[in-house]
Amino acid sequence: MRRNQVAVVGAAETTELGVIPNASQLQLHADAALNAIADAGLKLSDIDGFATAVETPQQVCHYLGIKPTWVDGTSVGGCSFMLHVRHAAAAIEAGLCKTVLITHAESGKSMIGKLPRSTPADSLNGQFEAPYGVYGPPSMFPIPVLRFMKTYGITHEQLASVAVVQREWAAKNPRAMMKDPITVTDVLNSRMIAYPFRLLQCCLVTDGGGALILTSADRARDFPRRPVYIMGTGESVETPMVSQMETFNSSRAFKTAGPLAFKEAGIAHKDVDHLMIYDAFAHLPLFGLGDLGFMPYEETGQFIADGNTRPGAKLPLNTNGGGLSYMHSGMYGMYALQESVRQMRGIAPAQVPNAKISVCHGVGGMFAASGTIVFTNER
Amino acid sequence: MAEPQRARPKPTPETQHFWDGAKAGELRLQRCDACAHVYFPPRPFCPSCASRKVSIFKASGKGFLYSYVINHRPAAPGFTPPYAIAVVELDEGPRMMSNIIDCPQTPEALELDMKLEVAFQELDDKITLPVFRPAKG
Repeated sequence: MRRNQVAVVGAAETTELGVIPNASQLQLHADAALNAIADAGLKLSDIDGFATAVETPQQVCHYLGIKPTWVDGTSVGGCSFMLHVRHAAAAIEAGLCKTVLITHAESGKSMIGKLPRSTPADSLNGQFEAPYGVYGPPSMFPIPVLRFMKTYGITHEQLASVAVVQREWAAKNPRAMMKDPITVTDVLNSRMIAYPFRLLQCCLVTDGGGALILTSADRARDFPRRPVYIMGTGESVETPMVSQMETFNSSRAFKTAGPLAFKEAGIAHKDVDHLMIYDAFAHLPLFGLGDLGFMPYEETGQFIADGNTRPGAKLPLNTNGGGLSYMHSGMYGMYALQESVRQMRGIAPAQVPNAKISVCHGVGGMFAASGTIVFTNER
Repeated sequence: MAEPQRARPKPTPETQHFWDGAKAGELRLQRCDACAHVYFPPRPFCPSCASRKVSIFKASGKGFLYSYVINHRPAAPGFTPPYAIAVVELDEGPRMMSNIIDCPQTPEALELDMKLEVAFQELDDKITLPVFRPAKG
């Protein structure tokens, strides 16, 4: 795909984030969509392309009253929205539609109108993983961690420092769920969830949503907000079974999607001013830093523990507080994208001064899928 | 009221041989007749070269502990926490999820790379589950 031909011209989260007991999941989609449409200065009738995950496009389009000529229901977990951005950019460039709305919402905490997630007993996961006691992401996502630690000499303290640094970012964000400072000792003394991970190394469970609006870069100049251009994109999938990853020393999906996006954008790692790495659990930023090629895996833990990703440091990472401290409805990718857009617009609560390039990297399932978007505010 | 049960696998036509093997006390894998690739989970073609000429064979049942978590909460139905959910790398190459029996469910006892051997747990008259224990000797 050619760089900077498509731009984000509308971006918003749901009016509230956190615990929202007075709205269904579908209504949260609508709330985020209406906020994004207002942000872009558009009418619903201007939307001719639509993408969402988990909920179907027909469900959300009918509820909102949208009549699309292009839809994408790619649903590969929490990074689905990175893939939607990539697909929407291609569709706009190909002339299939002009103005795409992408929505996410999840009643992850209040569970109102939330679709059931189940593992059929005759699926491969149902036959070869479920009988061994996996029960939700905390019992599955950290399974690679001990091998990763042993291979690269990563310590428990370094993995705890991920949560500490992200709490520093969250403290600057009025909308973050968890803002009180924590220490490595606090993390290592928090309740055990699935060894080696404790409560503060696992993401939050909240309600919320977000929406993005994309159009061609040529049209983007006429919108009220500063356009945020799609500079590079990448995507991939590996396996729905964490036990069947090629290796626990890296993620094949990360290693495919990330470098694709860097290559398409034509950037080097030193060009990155701002970085989001979807942190459902504390090990993901380490995998991300290694798989995206920022540094050797052996250095990732110490890099974060040394404070290189904290406010004011050289590589600002997960500047909204991340899934660990900002919010995590179940599919966090949309919130990572929202933060990248805020940083590129220059309006983030913890704004990185003069940031021009933001890399936003997402995961779906337990390393099952990945999507990477490189944004820039300069065409 | 009945105790909540551990999730029961339901075989498909492609996986039936694996579950028949477990019931007979055998860990069965598949090998590609064309490229010799050994793979898991079961399917009637080779995921490496796409050949449909594949054979089922009895694996050695030996491997090592590749990685694991010790799950505390929430516990799956039929499990008493804390319990380890492990991934075992088999001597033949493939990895599979499993539980480690005859071993304390602690980080001290569960050492990465420790040698393991297969054992079988009968869940009911249809399903026997392969699990692993520390290898003897």
